[in-house]
Amino acid sequence: MTLELKTEGDTHVVVTRRFAAPPEAVFRAHTDPALIQQWMTGPDGWTMPVCEIDPTPGGTFRYEWSNGEQGFYSTGEILEVDPPNRIVHVERMFLPDPTPDNHITTTFTADGDGTLMHCRMTLPDAESRKAMLASGMEHGMEASYARMEALLGEG
Amino acid sequence: MGAAVDLNTTLTALADPTRRAILARLAEGEATVNELAEPFPISQPAISRHIKVLTNAGLVVQRVDGTKRPCRLAAGHLSELDEYLSMLRTALETNYARLDRLLASEAKKEST
Repeated sequence: MTLELKTEGDTHVVVTRRFAAPPEAVFRAHTDPALIQQWMTGPDGWTMPVCEIDPTPGGTFRYEWSNGEQGFYSTGEILEVDPPNRIVHVERMFLPDPTPDNHITTTFTADGDGTLMHCRMTLPDAESRKAMLASGMEHGMEASYARMEALLGEG
Repeated sequence: MGAAVDLNTTLTALADPTRRAILARLAEGEATVNELAEPFPISQPAISRHIKVLTNAGLVVQRVDGTKRPCRLAAGHLSELDEYLSMLRTALETNYARLDRLLASEAKKEST
């Protein structure tokens, strides 16, 4: 189930991962707000108190994350949907200033009794891609801090 | 320098979240041990030990400036972009590991 994350050209980021569930289930976990709220929460200690999504072409979504003290949100539009195999959407994060639009095509392909997810992000230019990756890194750092605090709490 | 350090030493150095956070900070520019220790609720000697591991792995170099020992990323070892990718990979994997568990529990619900 190894996650693969790589850059492609100057403006793309590609993520692939396998899940031990059929495409229908993985698609639902990406489009049903009650399910999204349970996993897309980021580092330990963060939750997603607001999760609204209309997973139809032209539909919009809004996700809000919080760790009790700080928060940020993202919004976007669904451009194409082909259940359970494909979602095309555009999103931006508000940190609090909006980040450049990230166009994302996600496909779910049956792979034996599981699903191969392929997610291709397209940023407007190399600089925005770097900024997007850097903001992801900050959240990774958050996770590191949270884990470290938990560890220190035990001692 | 790169040839003298084997991949295992580098990977071991990168396996620790505090050391990855130190590298992320150094990606922004040179910093002293004090500056690096600031965001962490752990002692400065502990941070110094982390820096030693990173130095031995050839990821960080330290120079002498009076009584200070500023650290910076070793040139050409890990690009800034690679570092970002490594951190984002950790962040995404936290989500997807959670999705794995959710999918397993949803499948169980359906079969009962």
